[in-house]
Amino acid sequence: MVVTHKARFLTLALGLIALGACAKSSSTVSSAPTPNRDPRVGLRGGQDNAGEATWNLKVMSKTSPPQRFVGATNSDITFTGNYAIQGNYNGPVIWDISNPAQPKLKASYYCPASQNDVSVFKNLMFVSAEAYNSRLDCADGGVPDSVSRDRMRGIRVFDISDITSPKYIASVQTCRGSHTHTVVEDPKDKENVYIYVSGSAPVRSPNELAGCLNAGQEENSSLFRIEVIKVPLANPTAAAIVSRPRIFQNLTAPTSHGLAPDDIAAVQAAKARGEFVVRIGNSEQVVGGNFTRQLLDSIVKARGGAGAAAATAADTATLRSGIQAYVDRMVGAQNSSGPRPGPSQCHDITVYPSLGLAGGACGGYGLLLDISDVANPVRIDQVADSNFAYWHSATFNNDGTAILFSDEWGGGGAPKCRASDPKEWGADAIFTIENRKMKFKSYYKLPAPQTAVENCVAHNGSLIPIPGRDVMVQGWYQGGISIFDWTDPANPKEIAFHDRGPVDSTRFTMGGSWSVYWYNGAMFSSEIARGFDAFELTPSEFISQNEIDAAKTVHFDYFNAQGQPKLVWPPSFALARSYVDQLERNKCLSSARISAVRQGLDNAEKASGSARSTALNQMTTQLESDARGSCDGARVQKLAAAVKDLANVLP
Amino acid sequence: MIRTHNRSRAAALLATVALVACSSATVGSRQASMSPAEKARADSTKWPYTKADIDFMSGMIHHHAQAIEMAKLAPTNGAGSSVSILTGRVINAQTDEIHVMQQWLGERNQPVPEPNPKGMKMVMDGVEHVMPMPGMLTDAQMDTLKAARGKDFDQYFLRYMIQHHQGAVTMVKTLISSRGAALDETVFKVASDINVDQETEIARMQKMLFNMLTDKP
Repeated sequence: MVVTHKARFLTLALGLIALGACAKSSSTVSSAPTPNRDPRVGLRGGQDNAGEATWNLKVMSKTSPPQRFVGATNSDITFTGNYAIQGNYNGPVIWDISNPAQPKLKASYYCPASQNDVSVFKNLMFVSAEAYNSRLDCADGGVPDSVSRDRMRGIRVFDISDITSPKYIASVQTCRGSHTHTVVEDPKDKENVYIYVSGSAPVRSPNELAGCLNAGQEENSSLFRIEVIKVPLANPTAAAIVSRPRIFQNLTAPTSHGLAPDDIAAVQAAKARGEFVVRIGNSEQVVGGNFTRQLLDSIVKARGGAGAAAATAADTATLRSGIQAYVDRMVGAQNSSGPRPGPSQCHDITVYPSLGLAGGACGGYGLLLDISDVANPVRIDQVADSNFAYWHSATFNNDGTAILFSDEWGGGGAPKCRASDPKEWGADAIFTIENRKMKFKSYYKLPAPQTAVENCVAHNGSLIPIPGRDVMVQGWYQGGISIFDWTDPANPKEIAFHDRGPVDSTRFTMGGSWSVYWYNGAMFSSEIARGFDAFELTPSEFISQNEIDAAKTVHFDYFNAQGQPKLVWPPSFALARSYVDQLERNKCLSSARISAVRQGLDNAEKASGSARSTALNQMTTQLESDARGSCDGARVQKLAAAVKDLANVLP
Repeated sequence: MIRTHNRSRAAALLATVALVACSSATVGSRQASMSPAEKARADSTKWPYTKADIDFMSGMIHHHAQAIEMAKLAPTNGAGSSVSILTGRVINAQTDEIHVMQQWLGERNQPVPEPNPKGMKMVMDGVEHVMPMPGMLTDAQMDTLKAARGKDFDQYFLRYMIQHHQGAVTMVKTLISSRGAALDETVFKVASDINVDQETEIARMQKMLFNMLTDKP
């Protein structure tokens, strides 16, 4: 009997142990973060079997790169039709994403270079190259000579009319290569497409590419500009640089988040008044009165005079001719054998053609550009960060009333999400745009601390088309992906995430999400070390099923993240119901009215013809009246308009 | 007997079911590609590198070490708030960069130097010297900085760090004009990032210094 009990106990115990062991090796934890514990902390590391944590989203698939591209960094993504084109340091990889749960490899093009940032326009694909090892012929082996005809640094143009077989048709070389690029459509020019090239790498020798000049004077320097490439759609092999707009001239001192105190006009006005103006870095600054008086005083005393009060016209002339050199010595500029420093490049430029605006993340500055003349963008405002952010990329909200800059401190190659790293560093900075001026509101940073062996900082992402809200999904390298709501620009909040443990928990290794973007119903992430991930949103207290359904009604034919499309929601019941859900959430419509509207929509949906339209029109009238007394009248108006649109849509 | 047998079989079945349930509980099953990926990771040292790459990565370790030493003076020497934020960033960023450079050298079985704020140890004519990298402060400059307080510290710090950063930019130039250098992705990235970040900081520091010296807010 004892033996029997023991045997039974042992086998039961074995079962329990098996279950216990199973729980430990189960790789995904799905739970909400709490103030005391975030499930992203303490995840087991590993290349392919790392622990994972998810919240309010579902992993649809995780796919390894094709053999020849394994071990090379996966970079940015672009989308066209049913395809995602994933950049990789060995060349672009094309996935068929008709079924995001099972991406299928469609094609790839072997062409080693970094960063192989990709974008598309109609039947064309553009790929960025900046590194010294990048070859014109896409062969292995790099380019050993410091000056060489074999080197390609710039934009490659491919014809993808047959997406199974991309054809490399043109190369446009640039002085600093292309770290990233932005495709810009000019609504007034259907025959061409434009590319803003952001080059941040060192300038190449003029012996390698004529005209490249790594010099101080702004007029001829390759440093202080972006390049604009014009691509004739009928003849893309003729793609060429068409302008080099100087958008960095006269940027003033970055002392705070807000408006820089002087703009070009103020400097000009000071000059006109005869005030002293000097160049610091690549900008002009007015010299203060006290300081000039001190200098004048010294000049007068040096010739034996009494002081500044006794200054003659000759003294003033002496000051005027010598003040620049004096200031140069003062700030150490005379020691520099190189260029005048300053934001001499943009890391990334996001254009929003519908609004005629672009956001440039440029060195120490976030720039707001007017791109109504696409070939000649003009700077209209700039902000700098008192936390010394290095701006990387920009995203507008859909209305164009806010802009988010991300600070890619550490270049993406460093662990900047440790508990000891300040929350303002390596984060997103959110600004409102009012009268074409930017005003700082808040920072957003990935809330969960990451380990010292995981590179982590704000990186690429895009808006999720939730109507009436500003929600973004963003890659944070090995911080994983984070979805946050920034509808209130002063109070961004995380509402979903996915994270893995480190690629290697024993040593620092690069990995994580380079970019994650929403495209036609799912979110796709380029995982640097692991491949291609797909996710979908799941309903939660923060996002309802209706809102998810409404998001899925927004369809793109193609998508380049740096060319923001205006999000437009076609009429749908999901759209109307989304607004109802939001008004329930923010309590700006009474629960009685919420129920009534829901019932009304359900009834209308079941009805058809004039019965439906009558019911909907009645609802519209009632809602317009509700709007007047609501704490969120604007949203009720949106609901009313959505209901009205439904009445006009044939069932 | 039969009863016992059934129970133990049931328990065994339970264990089996648990294990089977276990394997399908992992999300997103795909073929584990550890072998090729790990092999490829080893191949990440596939890009050739030259003495210029090694000198750059080694020298920059010492260059960064001095920047960190300078920046660490801020709290004790009464730095103002802007300089304090700047020094915080410098310490954080350059400490991490030192680790990256040390790891790169170690992976290639090169000597991994201990960071030396005075410069790189070199043996010339059988005698060991410590050679400062471009832009590094002389002993006299470092002494001046260590003795300065408050606004004086801020101004010396900015002036010397501008000089220091200009030296880093020079080291990048030396690297990329060497044959075969900066083909390695990590070296290229480190050099390119240092070039860009430090040029940006130089501009900011020049403006800060100008504002300080001319009593602007």
